[in-house]
Amino acid sequence: MSAIIEVHNLIKRYGHKPVLKKLDFSANQGEFVALLGPNGAGKTTFLRILSTLAKPNFGSVTISGFQLPNQSAHIRQRLGVVSHQPLLYGDLSAEENLKFFSRLYGLHPAKDRIAEILKLIGLEKRKFDLVRTYSRGMQQRLAIGRAILHDPEVLLLDEPHTGLDQDASNILDGILNQVAMRGRTVVMTSHDLGRVANLASRFDVLTRGFIQASINIKDLPKHGLLEYYQDVLANSDEKVKAHAS
Amino acid sequence: MQAKTSFIKALSAVIWKDLMTELRSKELISGMLVFSLLVIFIFNFSLEMDARTRNSVTAGVIWVTLIFAGTIGLNRSMAVEKDRGCLDGLLLAPVDRTAIYFGKSIANLIFMLIVAAIILPVYSLLYNNNVISLGLILVILLGSEGYVAVGTLLSSMAVQARTRDILLPILLFPVIIPILIAAVKASNGFLNGVPFNELMTWIYLLIAYDVIFTSVAFMVFDAIVEE
Repeated sequence: MSAIIEVHNLIKRYGHKPVLKKLDFSANQGEFVALLGPNGAGKTTFLRILSTLAKPNFGSVTISGFQLPNQSAHIRQRLGVVSHQPLLYGDLSAEENLKFFSRLYGLHPAKDRIAEILKLIGLEKRKFDLVRTYSRGMQQRLAIGRAILHDPEVLLLDEPHTGLDQDASNILDGILNQVAMRGRTVVMTSHDLGRVANLASRFDVLTRGFIQASINIKDLPKHGLLEYYQDVLANSDEKVKAHAS
Repeated sequence: MQAKTSFIKALSAVIWKDLMTELRSKELISGMLVFSLLVIFIFNFSLEMDARTRNSVTAGVIWVTLIFAGTIGLNRSMAVEKDRGCLDGLLLAPVDRTAIYFGKSIANLIFMLIVAAIILPVYSLLYNNNVISLGLILVILLGSEGYVAVGTLLSSMAVQARTRDILLPILLFPVIIPILIAAVKASNGFLNGVPFNELMTWIYLLIAYDVIFTSVAFMVFDAIVEE
């Protein structure tokens, strides 16, 4: 299988504070990677670099064969991003928001695609309502609809379950499963181990600025993801020393 | 997979979006308008003016009103993008980022001209002094374009800061002094019946300012909005 995302020796600093320290990462086509790690580990920064919103200080990032930062417009064409915030306009309806983004992504004609997306995210009946009248769960579904509108090869999600209740999270998972089944590569950060265990095909633990461990779902030990994750964090000091050397 | 979106399509999409959101919320224009009318009222009551004095201060009052109201509009226009993360949504699109800048600038210019179109007749009524003339309209068009060109750029910089409401005027007002001087001088000339050819220096200065700042914004916007 070919790597669709390749990251080598990535370094990112904010001022003098290093956030990512020689991080290496790759994801194959069709993989669903859950990026786990404590708060402040650098997960959001890493996703912002992948999504072309932040520039690395050092290292190489290649997505779908295109390199950052020189070919960022080509990369953006192939990316869908869901962040903490919905990235939607509250004073436009769901349909108008999708129409606006379809124009930015050069989709033409977009009417059928918008109808298809609204059906997938279950917002057909509320498509004329202003987004500011939506619940958090509905806004998050629409945010995913916006992110997959142009059928991207790679979907990046930064804690998409934050603030969602059980039902809304289940609906969201259903949509993500459908996206993954279409062979798209998904990279998702999350703190909800129980939920990602049912979604992802690979689990990477990013802590203290680099990927300390990575495991495929079929290789997970008997005791499951939670204990694996806790083991990695417990042995973090040794890995930091080894990584630094 | 679609090809990279054309500049014009992206530009028109941003203008459409800004006009639609404003049509729904009416936050930006109503804020600018109420503020402008209050400034005109305050000037009217605070300056006890005879007819001669009134003529000499008219251009200044109009431009101070427009510029202060414009600052409110520029701040609001970018705050809407920042507050819900929409600016990131725009920057994630595979478009030339200057199309986003020009889209926002044109929308801001439209809002500013709408406010100008309302305050000029109000000023004429309140001060019993007809200020509406082709010359003044030309100066307002050129002056507003320059103001919005630099204002949209600086507001996209200021919006990143927590103190954006204070930061924008601090950054913007020193930069727009040349345009303010040229606009007030040219407006004053038109209002007092000075022949067009005698005011050409100020008009050229406005055009030069518009061209320079639009070009600068074209070159640096991408770097400014990047983290």
